[in-house]
Amino acid sequence: MSTVRRNFGEFQVTGLTHAYGGVPVLEDCSLEVPRGKLTVLVGPSGCGKTTLINILAGYEAPAGGRVLLDGQPVGGPGPDRLVVFQETALFPWMTVEQNVAFGCRVRGMPAGEMRERVQAVLVKVGLSDFQAKYPSQLSGGMQRRAELARAMVNDPKVLMLDEPFRGLDAMTRSIMQEFYVGLFEEVGRTNLFITHDLEEAVFLADRLLIMTYRPGRIKEVIEVDLPRPRTFQVMATQRYNDIRQHALELLFEEASKAFEAGSKAAFDLVDGLARAAGRQ
Amino acid sequence: MAKRWLNRHALRGLVSIVAFVVLWELVVVLKLPYLKFLPLPGQVAASLGQSIASSAYWQDWELSLGRILVGFLAAQALGITLGLAMGISRTARRFVFPIFEVLRPIPPIAWIPLAIIFWPTTSLTIYFLVFTGSFFIVALNVLDGVKSVDQSLVRAAYSLGAKPRDVFWRIMLPATLPYVLTGATVGMGVTWNVLIAAEMVTSAGQSGLGGMTWAAYTNGVLPVIVVGMLSIGVAGYLSSALIRFLGERFMPWRRRI
Repeated sequence: MSTVRRNFGEFQVTGLTHAYGGVPVLEDCSLEVPRGKLTVLVGPSGCGKTTLINILAGYEAPAGGRVLLDGQPVGGPGPDRLVVFQETALFPWMTVEQNVAFGCRVRGMPAGEMRERVQAVLVKVGLSDFQAKYPSQLSGGMQRRAELARAMVNDPKVLMLDEPFRGLDAMTRSIMQEFYVGLFEEVGRTNLFITHDLEEAVFLADRLLIMTYRPGRIKEVIEVDLPRPRTFQVMATQRYNDIRQHALELLFEEASKAFEAGSKAAFDLVDGLARAAGRQ
Repeated sequence: MAKRWLNRHALRGLVSIVAFVVLWELVVVLKLPYLKFLPLPGQVAASLGQSIASSAYWQDWELSLGRILVGFLAAQALGITLGLAMGISRTARRFVFPIFEVLRPIPPIAWIPLAIIFWPTTSLTIYFLVFTGSFFIVALNVLDGVKSVDQSLVRAAYSLGAKPRDVFWRIMLPATLPYVLTGATVGMGVTWNVLIAAEMVTSAGQSGLGGMTWAAYTNGVLPVIVVGMLSIGVAGYLSSALIRFLGERFMPWRRRI
């Protein structure tokens, strides 16, 4: 079971509203990201998940509503709330080691302490032997791990991941999911994970937030009481299937709405759900 | 394996050069119309031997290389600075860009008359012309580079606690470096064009590789004209190779694995 350590934070989001060019993307969206838990947000693409994360990270200011981190309103982007993006945002001209050290370096951490922390994180993500490589010399899975390391080394209060395993091949993706869940269970940091892959969501989550199609709101919160530490065996259990079935029904309603709206994103989701249902 | 390929390539290169020289010799020996005044390859080789042994020839090299170096480095320094300024500050771009749009299409060679009148010495005239040859190319490439910096990298940097100063030095500059290299490569090509034209027009007597070639023409020494041309070709090739080498040296992340 994960333990609450260090200064991990929690988000309280109330009544968030946001629109792009008159199209409401988020409307009265309220949620909690509790301390030391892995909260997973699932919803069809185009439902405002990325907008939500951009607001939480401080890249965008919401049109209405409040975001509190440990009771304090959040301002611009900062190392206490870090995002791991779906596209790799590693700096191509820095080695893995320099990438991971970037946050510590620009904040003026003493060299000795920095080296120690960077090396510890690199060991944790299994990239010690690759620290002198440039990102273009790494495989997709290694790039994701390097990015995880670059965020983790700063000990953020909340770690946010926006579909971080998208675009990886199926096998690498499964390995990364198990690796990531193990990492979470070891550190017990507050995590907010965004995905549109339901199986990934149920497998990882302590709490599952189901989002509505545009305008985005939280439709339902599902407590995922599957035992930890988790391995892929959990996916064979009845409990896992019950939770997934319930979530699937909720998502299907939203996907149908999106489908009627004719959104391209909706086709992706319906397609994904059909595949998930077929695998039962 | 790699070595065998290299040999095969080298062999083909050699064959092509030998074939070219043979053709050249034939054209002159067979007295083809218009081409019969060409010096024979042997005469050029002999002339080249004499040149290599003379200090005047190497002084011409030195003079031309020095002019390229000063004009080119000045163009890099000012072009990169101005390109960065235009890329970062919209105000700077709005001030400078209109003038750029008017001056840029003027071929550098068209500056020659004004430059001769304006600058007191031949050296200054040529520095200026060489500078003009690559300045606009460098500045516009850098501007393009700053504009195409991946915004997700900038966002990630700020997120990790970087200040604008860090973003400039650690993100903007390295991201722009490939564009600086492109500017330098293209600029270097134009620079040699301009230098040779300028030396031919401005230099009375032997002065620089361009001046030397022109002097050989006015004196009617045909083999020396060809020696001059070959020397200019080699100089241009070496300059490009140097830029390529520096590019790899300063951008190790773009090297092939």
